[in-house]
Amino acid sequence: MAAFDTPVQHRSDKETLVCLRTLGQPDPASLQAYLNVGGYKQLQRLVQDKVKATDVITQVKLSGLRGRGGAGFPTGLKWSFMPRYYDGTKYLVCNTDEGEPGTFKDRDIIRYNPHQLIEGMAIAAYTLGARVGYNYIHGEIWQDYEIFERALDEARAAGFIGENLFGTTFSFDLFAVHGYGAYICGEETALIESIEGKKGQPRFKPPFPASYGVFGKPTNVNNTESYTSIPWILEHGGDAFQALGVPNSGGTKLFSVSGHVERPGNYEVRMGMPFTELLDIAGGVWKGRQLKAVIPGGPSTAVMPAAAIMGATMDYDGLSKAGSSLGAGSMIVMDETTCMVKTLKRLSYFFYEESCGQCTPCREGTGWLYRVVKRIVEGEGRMGDLDLLTDVSSNISGRTICALGDAAATPVLSFIKHFRPEFEYYIQHGKSMVTGKAE
Amino acid sequence: MLNIEIDGKAVEVDHGTTIIDAADKLGIAIPRFCYHKKLSVAANCRMCLVQVEKFAKPLPACATPVADGMKIFTRSKAAVEAQKSVMEFLLINHPLDCPICDQGGECDLQDIAVAYGAPASRYAEEKRVVLNKNIGPLVSTDMTRCIQCTRCVRFLKEVGGMMELGMVGRGEHAEITAYVDKSVDSELSGNIIDLCPVGALTSKPFRYKARTWELTRRPSIAPHDGLGSQIEVHIKDGKVLRVLPREKESINECWLSDRDRFSYEGLNSPDRLTVPMIKHHGEWHETDWKTALEFAAGQLKDITNADGGEQLGVLVSPNSTMEEAYLAKQIAHGLGSSNIDYRLRQTDFRLDGKRMGTPWMGCNIPDLQEMDRILVIGSNLRNEHPLLANRIRKAVAQGAELSLVNPMDDDQLMAVKHKAICTPNDMVNVLAQILKAMSGLQRLSLCLPKSLNDLLETVRVWDNSQAMAESLAGLGKEVDLVSPRTGIFLGNIAQSHPRFTELYSLAEAIASLCGATFGILSPAANSTGAHLVGVLPGEHGLNAKAMLESPRKAYLLVNVEPELDCHHAAQARQAIAEAECVIALTAYKSEALEHADVLLPIAPFTETSGTYMSMEGRVQSFTAVTKPLGECRPGWKILRVLGNTLGLSGFDFDSSEQVKNAIFGGQKPSTVVWNSLNNNLRELIDIQVKIKSNVLQRLGEVPQFQSDAIVRRSPPLQKTRAVQAPVAAMHSQLLTELGLDDGEMVTVKQGVASVLLKAKRDDRLPHGVVRVPTALPVTSLLGDLMGEIEVTRA
Repeated sequence: MAAFDTPVQHRSDKETLVCLRTLGQPDPASLQAYLNVGGYKQLQRLVQDKVKATDVITQVKLSGLRGRGGAGFPTGLKWSFMPRYYDGTKYLVCNTDEGEPGTFKDRDIIRYNPHQLIEGMAIAAYTLGARVGYNYIHGEIWQDYEIFERALDEARAAGFIGENLFGTTFSFDLFAVHGYGAYICGEETALIESIEGKKGQPRFKPPFPASYGVFGKPTNVNNTESYTSIPWILEHGGDAFQALGVPNSGGTKLFSVSGHVERPGNYEVRMGMPFTELLDIAGGVWKGRQLKAVIPGGPSTAVMPAAAIMGATMDYDGLSKAGSSLGAGSMIVMDETTCMVKTLKRLSYFFYEESCGQCTPCREGTGWLYRVVKRIVEGEGRMGDLDLLTDVSSNISGRTICALGDAAATPVLSFIKHFRPEFEYYIQHGKSMVTGKAE
Repeated sequence: MLNIEIDGKAVEVDHGTTIIDAADKLGIAIPRFCYHKKLSVAANCRMCLVQVEKFAKPLPACATPVADGMKIFTRSKAAVEAQKSVMEFLLINHPLDCPICDQGGECDLQDIAVAYGAPASRYAEEKRVVLNKNIGPLVSTDMTRCIQCTRCVRFLKEVGGMMELGMVGRGEHAEITAYVDKSVDSELSGNIIDLCPVGALTSKPFRYKARTWELTRRPSIAPHDGLGSQIEVHIKDGKVLRVLPREKESINECWLSDRDRFSYEGLNSPDRLTVPMIKHHGEWHETDWKTALEFAAGQLKDITNADGGEQLGVLVSPNSTMEEAYLAKQIAHGLGSSNIDYRLRQTDFRLDGKRMGTPWMGCNIPDLQEMDRILVIGSNLRNEHPLLANRIRKAVAQGAELSLVNPMDDDQLMAVKHKAICTPNDMVNVLAQILKAMSGLQRLSLCLPKSLNDLLETVRVWDNSQAMAESLAGLGKEVDLVSPRTGIFLGNIAQSHPRFTELYSLAEAIASLCGATFGILSPAANSTGAHLVGVLPGEHGLNAKAMLESPRKAYLLVNVEPELDCHHAAQARQAIAEAECVIALTAYKSEALEHADVLLPIAPFTETSGTYMSMEGRVQSFTAVTKPLGECRPGWKILRVLGNTLGLSGFDFDSSEQVKNAIFGGQKPSTVVWNSLNNNLRELIDIQVKIKSNVLQRLGEVPQFQSDAIVRRSPPLQKTRAVQAPVAAMHSQLLTELGLDDGEMVTVKQGVASVLLKAKRDDRLPHGVVRVPTALPVTSLLGDLMGEIEVTRA
């Protein structure tokens, strides 16, 4: 099995490593590397000192940690939804099923620092009374799945997961589950269905997983990065984590920077970093070209023209004020050679291909959107198409079982909103107004 | 209770009520496709989106439980906009083939599109095409029309008990399909036709036969099992073209078994007898009614005058109406015969005269699904009573413990808590063990009569039987049930069992010990009714079995195909062949009736008025839904005229209602019924528990689609996978002991009769049993359906 000994990417001293703090060590994914940075001490402390669950939750609440999978729901609040007294098995699930184009941060967590995730999950299990946990890993990163399996073996052998941990009655079994590459399985209830061995399709909510999750039992589902932040929070205190970021966006955030930058990759920085600084860390726009647009949080977040994002800070409120959202922190940078029409076709194809087909607006609507955009790209566009696209997107949005419908509508709505003249030009001339090759 | 407001109308509803249920209660129509009150909520079609105050997004009415004070708007701008947008999405890929679609005119999508669809489509791209699937001879598929509501998927999984359809593929490529190369074989499969809100699943036999608005709809009662399902018969030009369920929550809910739904195709069979026929010197001649009836009457009179009434045997099918049964009895009695019976497949009659009333299921049909503990003895439930099996499945899904004592282990598609799969003889033994175990449970203060106690002394209780007893007594769960609702039922196999008396007596004793409901699951539409009417041998009369064992000189057959409907095919065949005179009232020409002397074309249930009494004692009268075919006449009329021609008194009836009145003596039927239904035994009969037997025993079950003359002639049912060439099935160990190989041809012998069949390994059978179905032409040469059998290499 190949381990990724050395990070393949450039690192910057402007980064603040919380989730990736083993980086720089030989074999950063190893148990030893994690122990070197103080790993598993927090778990041991909580379990041996029988720290009260409410105290843990208080720290998590203080930390300002919000769900890193994209929705940004306060993690401490979510934990408090789990029934405290329940006669039966409670479950813990980690969502490592990142599948949106441009999203690759969780991959690097299990690739470089899997033990911190394991400790974070074990702490959550201790806090929430979960007996069994699953880490659901995206099906297309098999090597990283194996790294995580190795880490589980190490943790099990070292007595950090399993029966009667640290000589107490606390037991927690953690298993890795791999998906088969369906984007929809990143939706927490579809993920749960998939763990149960069923077709990955979102469930209607309510009931939420906290009351009806895996096998119908109370289940807490968090993103990889969220769990991985937990040991640091308990080591340094919730306030310290909050202080790393800005109000309402505590801690650090891993940004997967891709597109037209000199040094694409994952960068873990403090919340609230100005966009321009993050762009700098990634080496700036490649070949010295002009910035045209940025998708700040992944394709399901609205695209922002350069002017709108230049003054923005990279945190929940900052991006929200600027007209988009933080999402999963998957920043796609587009330079002046980018044709927005062709880019939208690419994105629409993704959602069309990945819609699960369960509910009507998304199943039918994503195909409709894609076909119209494709027709425009092929030079067959009609002037009415832009209003049609806007209308169809609005009809999908907010009317589906899960958020995939909204995710599919967002790029269409925001691309047309911000780059309408470019679309009109394409329709009128049957070709792109951008002469470059990039899509 | 919660107070809510829908479209300005205030209503009070229970906690947990969904918006759609509350709206339905108020009569406010919310459009829907995937929602069905009998199925789990999928919320996938999104057609029922409504606006709810304080919610930014529209909510699906089917999946949203109401909260106190909720204000819901189903027709506000936001709601209608959402509904219209969903309709637009549904239509973009739906083919515009309504003119050639069988669903046209009764299509939910069509109807709702009128209200919510746009006059023209904004969709100008390619449409999706989905390949059709062949899922069997009953349901036709046009999958491009499918709107992925998954009602069919949910039905088969939740009601049918097996997920035979599923949705594969993602997004636009998602399609409903069966498992690779598999058909949908559920005995309830036809219901997915009714459930499909579009024309994706339609009836294969009905395909392209008629438009819904061309059909006349008439109510009737399903005649193939003892449930009494209510049906609606659809007719065009005097011909029955399809059968649909009528919604009756307390009987068939909104479902229908495939047997009841598709049997009508047998009504249009070329086998139908349409003119009276008389045999002269071995040649059949068509004749008129007057000649035929006079001839028949003359023959009957000659024999009964010369040899006495006891030389006449009257066999009445339990599918005949109460009126037919009653008049047949009057004729038998009028001619001085008390040899009359409807229990054609019963072999043990020791209980006759010992029961306190008419045997019935002991409770009402919906009671079944409320039970906590159920013991079923000798029944292949799904095969015998498909919709009753569904009720039990529901009970099991809610946590009821089901125990089975059966001579085969067919999958009933529900969780079975305890089962004893044993030879017919051992079934008696197992019941004795359960009884003994139960009498040993301290909590039961009732004692058994001494005779039974003595009998049980030598019985050794197996663990399994102990567990069943504890289950029935309400033990075994973490918290004991104080008074479990328990039911013990005897199925068709038990009723054909050579030791039915033992099964019945022991089961009744078990039931009385644990306070359980005890019942008989009547095999046919009017088994209970025929008993009530008194189609039973008189004091010195012969029962159905004895009438064939000691052949009579004359037989009057009402709706009977002797070699297929009787317990001993070979004997029946011979008795009919050798009788001097056989008068058969039959809807069909059939091989066995070649030996009859007079064939009188009787109207099947669609062409006559009459009454059936179901296993729960429900008396249901129906009228003819279509005119009799050719010279066919309703049975009650034929028997009345025959009575008149014979010069018998008491045959002055002008209508079937008058016959019904005579049956019930002018009283309300329900009064008579409730006074007569009673499964208790007057006295305990000498029963034997332990019989050692080393002979091979036949398990001669009636296949689902061979249960009566109409079903046998329905081509679509006969093409289903359930219908297979008969085999001699046995346990692999028995195969080895007999030196046989799976699949080789064997001689199956009963008495002097033998047939050649393929041997088949079937480990669902106990050792010592050879399963050879009855009611099939091939096996109609064999003997007793649960008698001794020999199997040798051919």
